[in-house]
Amino acid sequence: MSGKMQDKVVVITGSGSGIGREAALIFSREGAKVVVSDINVTGGDETVALVKAAGGEATFIKCDVSKGPEVEALIKGAVDAYGRLDAAFNNAGVEGDTQATTITCTEENFDLNIAVNLKGVWWCMKYEIEQFLRQGSSGAIVNTSSLAGLVGVPRGNAYVAAKHGVIGMTKSAALEFAKKDIRVNAVCPGAIETPMLNRIVKGSEKGYEMMRKMEPVGRLGKPSEIAEAAVWLCSDQASFVTGHSMSVDGGSFAQ
Amino acid sequence: MPGIVQDKIAVVTGAAGGIGRAAAQIFAREGAKVVVSDLQEENAQETVKLIQQAGGEAVFVRCDVSKAADVENLIKQVVATYGRLDCAYNNAGVEGDWTRIHECTEENFDLNYNVNLKGVFLCLKYQIRQFLEQKSAGAIVSTASVAGLVGSKNAGAYVAAKHGVLGLTKTAALEYGTKNIRVNAVCPGVIRTPMLERMFEAKPQMEAAMLGFEPIGRFGVPTEIGEAAVWLCSDQASFVTGHPMVVDGGAVAC
Repeated sequence: MSGKMQDKVVVITGSGSGIGREAALIFSREGAKVVVSDINVTGGDETVALVKAAGGEATFIKCDVSKGPEVEALIKGAVDAYGRLDAAFNNAGVEGDTQATTITCTEENFDLNIAVNLKGVWWCMKYEIEQFLRQGSSGAIVNTSSLAGLVGVPRGNAYVAAKHGVIGMTKSAALEFAKKDIRVNAVCPGAIETPMLNRIVKGSEKGYEMMRKMEPVGRLGKPSEIAEAAVWLCSDQASFVTGHSMSVDGGSFAQ
Repeated sequence: MPGIVQDKIAVVTGAAGGIGRAAAQIFAREGAKVVVSDLQEENAQETVKLIQQAGGEAVFVRCDVSKAADVENLIKQVVATYGRLDCAYNNAGVEGDWTRIHECTEENFDLNYNVNLKGVFLCLKYQIRQFLEQKSAGAIVSTASVAGLVGSKNAGAYVAAKHGVLGLTKTAALEYGTKNIRVNAVCPGVIRTPMLERMFEAKPQMEAAMLGFEPIGRFGVPTEIGEAAVWLCSDQASFVTGHPMVVDGGAVAC
């Protein structure tokens, strides 16, 4: 049986660690050629090495998704490396200041969240969709939103705004390009054991315990569990799924 | 590479045709042993035959999902045949009459309620009991609809039942989350099934109207729902529970 992404070319932003790194490994397991991207070069190189060690094909391109020219260069680099683009997992994100309330949030924190988490996804979709149209081919995009894209979170105003925005853009892009066979979806992770979550709980066991208690399944998610969803959504098995926000959250949003 | 539900025991209701048959075939392709269930024996036996011809393993058990004794027996037969239960796809449903609320008969309301909502409740009840008895993990997917998320003219009873399916799904997910029993739903858009063909035969003008409902510019095919249901039942979806997965060509993104 061949993989469900056999011989496809995929770009994954924020794949120097966490969910993005697992996604690189799972896309590769399913037969894809992977362009690993991150602002963290060391982490990105490590992900490439992990993919190659497992027998896969990957290359690293550094990219700050908040900068249009860098995203344009990323997509051009992917096409230069592998000849085309079939799928993208726009996963790069920052948590910003996780203590700030609506009144204590600085303009810098607000701008950072919007620049990376929202505008970054827009830049990625723009250049990815342009490439699909240039190829005259179908394409599949998955954006990382969040449970915070569906519900409010105290002390998360800028992050929540950006992640809600991702869901809005996902739906608009899905509608705009549905007839071109370009599918656009989002994943909404709950609390996942990532370096980002570790920063949020400051590595404290008490913080982790609080996070676990918030999950109806009584545990945190693993990065691979988000990655599996992203890969499935990019595969042809999800050919009628577009404009959808898939919750992968151990039941949190069902509450 | 083994299938994503390799050696699991799966039961699929409403598997005599359409989405249920496609799902039963995909479960088998991915390595599961499949209990094919429906009211219509002849067509369901055809599903069994198609699976066996493709090298898979399947048996038929008749069941009217609106009857508790039938559903209890179905799960009992699954266990008697294959020794356990791992996955269930509660897909049996009826469309009932296509009428506005003031013209909807009590019979039509009751039919929609009995099959589309109570049927799912009975399936959840006996499937979850079996998982608890086995002290094992389990995964359930029920067929809701985009009509479980939004209103739809001329389908009040159907819409009410399908909204109810999502409520049941979320509640069951919360109740058994820590037992590693996952409960999800799929929400199909307009899919070319025998149910849809019956509707187009009765009201041919519906075809263009319903196509206009699909941003993707085509109807879905039963396998596209089947793939989603089987994936949700697999371990690849291990952190997905209480989720209504929309498989609708973008219809509710509008």
